[in-house]
Amino acid sequence: MTSDPRRLLPSADPVSLIDPQGRSADSPSYAVPDDATLLRALGSLITARRLNDQAYALVRQGRLAVYPSSHGQEACQVAAAQVLAADDWLFPTYRDTVAAVGKGVDPVEALSLLKGDWHCGYDPYEHRVAPHATPLATQLPHAVGVAHAARMRGEPTVVMAMCGDGGTSEGDFHEALNFAAVFRAPVVFFVQNNEYAISVPLARQSAAPSLAHKGIGYGIAGERVDGNDMAALLAVLGAAVARARAGEGPQLIEAHTYRMQAHTNADDATRYRDDAEVAAWVRRDPITRLETHLRDRGLLTDEVHARFTAEAERVATHLRDGLNQDVTPDPDDLFAYVYASPTPQLREQAALVADELSREGAH
Amino acid sequence: MTVLASPVPKTEVRTLSMAQALNQALRDAMAADPAVVLFGEDVGALGGVFRITDGLTAEFGEARCFDTPLAESGIVGMAVGMAMNGMRPVVEMQFDAFAYPAFEQIVSHVAKMRNRTRGRVALPMVIRVPYAGGIGGVEHHCDSSEAYYAHTPGLHVVAPATPADAYALLREAISAPDPVVFLEPKKLYWSKQEVQLPVREPGIGTAVVRREGTDATLIAYGPSVPVALEAAEIAAREGRSLQVVDLRSIVPFDDETVCAAVRSTGRAVVVAEAAGFASVSSEIVARVTERCFTALAAPIRRVTGFDIPYPPPKLEHFQLPGVDRVLDAVDDLQWEQ
Ligand SMILES: Cc1ncc(C[n+]2csc(CCOP(=O)(O)OP(=O)(O)O)c2C)c(N)n1
Ligand SMILES: [Mg+2]
Repeated sequence: MTSDPRRLLPSADPVSLIDPQGRSADSPSYAVPDDATLLRALGSLITARRLNDQAYALVRQGRLAVYPSSHGQEACQVAAAQVLAADDWLFPTYRDTVAAVGKGVDPVEALSLLKGDWHCGYDPYEHRVAPHATPLATQLPHAVGVAHAARMRGEPTVVMAMCGDGGTSEGDFHEALNFAAVFRAPVVFFVQNNEYAISVPLARQSAAPSLAHKGIGYGIAGERVDGNDMAALLAVLGAAVARARAGEGPQLIEAHTYRMQAHTNADDATRYRDDAEVAAWVRRDPITRLETHLRDRGLLTDEVHARFTAEAERVATHLRDGLNQDVTPDPDDLFAYVYASPTPQLREQAALVADELSREGAH
Repeated sequence: MTVLASPVPKTEVRTLSMAQALNQALRDAMAADPAVVLFGEDVGALGGVFRITDGLTAEFGEARCFDTPLAESGIVGMAVGMAMNGMRPVVEMQFDAFAYPAFEQIVSHVAKMRNRTRGRVALPMVIRVPYAGGIGGVEHHCDSSEAYYAHTPGLHVVAPATPADAYALLREAISAPDPVVFLEPKKLYWSKQEVQLPVREPGIGTAVVRREGTDATLIAYGPSVPVALEAAEIAAREGRSLQVVDLRSIVPFDDETVCAAVRSTGRAVVVAEAAGFASVSSEIVARVTERCFTALAAPIRRVTGFDIPYPPPKLEHFQLPGVDRVLDAVDDLQWEQ
């Protein structure tokens, strides 16, 4: 048991290094990342936004069933992936496609789930990105297990486990944090508090002073960060990853951000929030903020910006082309992966489908 | 699936209870493969409330056999992550009804991970569940929960009825490439048998004929197998020859052995402790009827638990399928006079 719980408390206000007007200042505990890092981050943010908006458009064109966009949350998405090493693991939710792409997953493969071709379209081991988790918070205990196994073998792996503000109410959030703390598992729990769980506002999820304060109950240090401030996210998440890697156990980071669009394109957000609220958050947009900062300091030229936009366009084209390709799913796949080798019953059922298909072909 | 070659060097005959056989299987599996890790509630110093993990922390160290916080979803969820990352976790649910907090992990992740990832992420893990009644346990300690797991594609579901099978099936479950829900009939933990180590038994997915017979077939698994055998013994004294099939594995289900047995007698009774409605026993009747209808001389009968919450200890004998009910059901199989 820890003697002084105060060391676990998050800062009173979310850590911020670049304010909405683009002005920067070091905080007492975190320094603004160097210029090259910030410039590179802007490029990633522009691509991230383009990916979100392209995926959203592909829903309207009928290429994706649905898309839970992280429009407005791109700084969280980019930072979560960028602070990890290649051998670290990322556990994304349905909203964290952009983070998965940031860790190396092909965006076309990342969206296979929503295209309807197969559930998880990528190899989780290739980039160490777990399948998108849909049942809320259920991926968090897995993250603890991956981290614990790595630690048992003396590997330096850190696991970034993501969830939303609503997800923190689930039992598995509690169980995962508690297990991670007891076993000192190197997990960074990264909560994107975007104010809503579909229609339900944060006040209905928790009466805690902040979601980061929840860490204290488990003996986990919590930290709050401005989730639309790329510089602060890189600093705070980077430090959390470093502490976890150094053997200091799990970390809990809450990013204050906002879901600028509806929960998914199938949701009507006007039923539970007004335009003025959204407009206020648009003024805190993570991309304009970093852009203003870099332009004001003469670090961002039109030429570099054009290069970033072109790269974003290239990724969007790749996504469009990939998702416009019609793959005919193979009905054999229905039975192929349930077990390492199909049971006799599944073999019978596969034969039934094959027979149906051959009779269809005969007509 | 194939039967494991046990690492026990020379053959040796020992009298083992089912609890000791399970303990030996865990010990041998841990010795054979450093990726095997055990965890759960009270499995460390105490050795589990049924002592199935007795001595394993002392022998293999705290890292290989350890207590967790009290949270079943966390236990199974952590096992998923460890299995994803190169380990072979074997977790203990303290009692059948206390596995329910882990149900979402089992159904949404344990069972589906391989399929969701097109076979890229396998989950070689075992969820051990001391299960079923007959030990005078109070509520929440006696559930026959097999149907929940058997109904979930992606899980293997196994229930041994003998110490030898307990050893063999657990060794195989631990080395299997897929998750196995391993149902341990509590009331048989103390049943004893001479066991030849290393144990060689048919693999998961194979039923066996425990007793030959020609007049009717009793189909049972787990805690009901000894009941069926006892009924067959009594019936034999009364001049009726009953065959007894022990399923051993509920998923995969051995249609071949079960149907061959029923065809050989033309009559069958299914014996199971679980409530009968929408159960493994109903599935067996349906499967056998679909496949063996013309060979049947009478409708298949079932002797199961009633469709009630498991009763308190002083009433549990009404719930358990006993020898008398089995013999009554056999009598009802439309014998020609
Ligand atoms: C266990 C579970 N219950 C309900 C849902 C349905 N659902 C999907 S997203 C969502 C809201 C989640 O909100 P939050 O955790 O804040 O994440 P966000 O969508 O805001 O990123 C709900 C209720 C689910 N996916 N899983
Ligand atoms: Mg939310």
